[in-house]
Amino acid sequence: MAIQSPSLEIGAGVGVAVGPVVVARGYWQSVSRRLRRDPVTLICGIILLLIVASALTAPWLGLADPYKTSMIRRLYPIGSPNYLLGTDELGRDMFSRLIYGGRLSLFMGVMPVVCALLIGATLGITAGFMGGRVNMAIMRVMDVFYAFPSVLLAISLSGAMGAGAENTLLALTIVFIPPVCRVSESVTTQVRGFDFVEAARASGAGTFTIVRVHVLGNVLGPILVYATSLISVAIILAAGLSFLGLGVKPPEPEWGLMLNTLRQAIYVNPVLAALPGVMIFITSICFNLMSDGLRAAMDVKA
Amino acid sequence: MDSVLPVKDRGGPSQPLLLARDLRKHFPVAGGLLGRATRVVRAVDDLTLSVEKGETLGVVGESGCGKSTVARLLMRLIRPDRGTMVLDGDPVDEPHGITVNELRRQVQMVFQDSYASLNPRLTTVETLAFAPKAHGLPAAEAKSRSRDLLAKVGLDPNTFADRYPHELSGGQRQRVNIARALALRPRLVILDEAVSALDKSVEAQVLNMLVDLKDELGLTYVFISHDLNVVQYLSDRVLVMYLGKIVEIGAVEAIYSDPQHPYTRALLSARPTMDPRRRTKEAPIQGDPPNPIDPPSGCRFRTRCPFAEDVCARVEPVLADTGAQEVACHMRASGSGHSRAA
Amino acid sequence: MLLYALRRLIYLVPVAFGVSLLVFALVHLAPGDPISAIVPPDTPKEVIDKLKEYYGFDKPLPVQYVRWLLVTLSGDFGTSIGTGRPVAQEVGSAFGNTLILAISACLLAFTLAIVLGTTAAYAKSRAVDRLVTSIALFGVSVPHFWLAIVLVIIFSVELGMLPPMGIGPENATSWRLDWPHIRHMILPTIALSVIPLGVMTRTVRSTIKEILSMEFVTALQAKGMNDRQILLHVLKNAAPVCLAVMGLQAGNLIGGSILIETVFSWPGTGFLLNSAIFRRDLPILQGTTLVLAFFFMMLNLTVDVIQTFVDPRIKRA
Repeated sequence: MAIQSPSLEIGAGVGVAVGPVVVARGYWQSVSRRLRRDPVTLICGIILLLIVASALTAPWLGLADPYKTSMIRRLYPIGSPNYLLGTDELGRDMFSRLIYGGRLSLFMGVMPVVCALLIGATLGITAGFMGGRVNMAIMRVMDVFYAFPSVLLAISLSGAMGAGAENTLLALTIVFIPPVCRVSESVTTQVRGFDFVEAARASGAGTFTIVRVHVLGNVLGPILVYATSLISVAIILAAGLSFLGLGVKPPEPEWGLMLNTLRQAIYVNPVLAALPGVMIFITSICFNLMSDGLRAAMDVKA
Repeated sequence: MDSVLPVKDRGGPSQPLLLARDLRKHFPVAGGLLGRATRVVRAVDDLTLSVEKGETLGVVGESGCGKSTVARLLMRLIRPDRGTMVLDGDPVDEPHGITVNELRRQVQMVFQDSYASLNPRLTTVETLAFAPKAHGLPAAEAKSRSRDLLAKVGLDPNTFADRYPHELSGGQRQRVNIARALALRPRLVILDEAVSALDKSVEAQVLNMLVDLKDELGLTYVFISHDLNVVQYLSDRVLVMYLGKIVEIGAVEAIYSDPQHPYTRALLSARPTMDPRRRTKEAPIQGDPPNPIDPPSGCRFRTRCPFAEDVCARVEPVLADTGAQEVACHMRASGSGHSRAA
Repeated sequence: MLLYALRRLIYLVPVAFGVSLLVFALVHLAPGDPISAIVPPDTPKEVIDKLKEYYGFDKPLPVQYVRWLLVTLSGDFGTSIGTGRPVAQEVGSAFGNTLILAISACLLAFTLAIVLGTTAAYAKSRAVDRLVTSIALFGVSVPHFWLAIVLVIIFSVELGMLPPMGIGPENATSWRLDWPHIRHMILPTIALSVIPLGVMTRTVRSTIKEILSMEFVTALQAKGMNDRQILLHVLKNAAPVCLAVMGLQAGNLIGGSILIETVFSWPGTGFLLNSAIFRRDLPILQGTTLVLAFFFMMLNLTVDVIQTFVDPRIKRA
């Protein structure tokens, strides 16, 4: 799985506007305006909203019990009466398990990125702004983690800590902190070199004030874009860990785990066995497209 | 709120406003096996200058001569490796003097216009209000002062207060830059290539505005530029830099009518002119400026100087008073050993 | 150039130490000590203590680390708790199998990516561009282990054309260049190649597009160069960035092949790692992780050094 630094252009958004008065628009308002006009992003947003909403409201949707097994009703095909998407290898309702599965799968995908964003961005912005020894110390530590391919690191950490959702969360957070930190540091260093930051320093303001007013507003955009591009990777990675048996433990419904347990069924009911992966795929694509849309919306020159 | 009132004059007109002595700044260049700096860029080397109250001191030189480094050293945006600074009699960054923060209250800088000179996320008024607010001025008062500043630099507050940098033209942005420098009511304003990026017509307007502001607010300017004509228009005294050192310094009329250092002469004769009678038949200076990492020994200009001799390689010339100006050249220093010395 | 390579190598040493520290710490991450985790639950304490003493787990951690480091540096990666064979041997043979898969996947992915990416960048019709972008999007979004399962379903279960698992016919443990073995390699290679394909296609496309928009290309056209010659120039300019990303992807493949290897029971390092985790065979876990991490580091170093050749803008110290 690849965690890359995207090409970093800070949309400083400057063009020369000569002529009649233009109604000033704040940066974030113009970004959201462009986002709302982009059909691809809108559609993906709606799909994701559906998936997330159904996952969140699952207990109240009148679904079958996702844990209720039945030895006689195993591996019913899709479209069976009472079982919209059939049943899995232990007789549980697939439709219900897919929706309930979204809860854990999405959580395991989004949560590590959020945590890594908080920790990694703080570290990276600090390193970028302070420069010097602080920068070296932080980035060298990150280098150690960067020496591992991300999948390997995730699996080794998970494997060493033992299976379970909490350990997976921890492992994935650790895996994502270095890339977020690196991107944050790079962007912050770039912004820090701009004249207006120099001018802010020249005005005698305190470091925190300068960072808060001048640096954060210009830095959070690209960092956020990068972080959202990590969500799809995280979802796949979390599902992959569960697939290997390192993540969520049975009988919890989770898409990756379901792919694993349904493997035995591919000779009996192949389409059923592939269903959880479809969910992962859809979610991943939507997050990717939204991340691309966000980047495009932010990359405009006024 | 004491910190946002203009600072009173202390030493009277004869005391230099800013005195910088033996400033040195070398930048390490990564190289060598362990990435340790084995070579340095000698950006500014043992430079001494003084800025008189109420004057405009022009600083000229080619790219890479260290002008911008000097500007940042004077503002203490970079810490010098060596050297001292005295602001109106108070030593800077020393136990019995004023702090760097206090220095910055009285010395401000105008940057060259670029998209990065203003924070693209802030409106004009927010940009201008930042410094006073940071020094304790309440938000409402900072905002109204910002609007006054906008008016002072010729931008109608009602039109321009809530504009973002991308909604301003180059000249307008530069006016905001200037206003920002004035926000803390400084005494000394350093202008680092402040008009270089502007179209000529706009440049003229901004220059005139700078002159008016100087008179109105009682400012002192250090005007850094590579444009000799602009420097001549604006300055009272001119300082010529080459590879981190001052080679000539004097009143503007003296320098422009009778340049004494070979480098100054070359610079001035290289100016394009509208006068058809003045034709340049050959390039006044040969070659490219040498590397500030390894400046030539002795006189740094000797590799491009048509009059260089042995003594120029051995001994570094010092600034010597020659009447109208001070020159660092062996040809003008009697007893230096140069064949042309008096 | 040599100096640059040397400098990077020396620079790697503290990082390498950090990596070894991390790998060593892996063992001690799980609650409980390494011995108790693998012996039967009712083992008497004296036996556990004796085992601990034998393996050196009773010494303080820093001492253990130094001992482990010295032993590992001498080439002895320990013995597998599961099979009793030297770890180095197990990892060595597994690594070879992984390399075969990784190299094939890289070849497939990068060739396709260059072709697709260049085509998309040059494409006049938006439909072509859209198509390629969609393919790339598919590559980066699809869970590759799920794709592997789908491929198995289509080609093994339904069509019966290709084998669903194994590196060769009849429980083979190594690969040979003959048709039966190639048959076993097709599906895993395809599954493994999707992600690098997606990433590289995007990279190639955006890099070439950016270069095409640069003024020097217009200048070349004005000079009268034909399109093929310009393409050569463009590719030369695109090479540094693309090479760097390729190196990263290749490294990720080698370290990240575990999921595909698990689906296909391909006896590579990933599969080895997987079984080691479940047997709690910590020497294998450590040895494999260490080897993979170091290989990844060396690969990155090589890519960086090659880049200084390819990209004249990078100063050679």
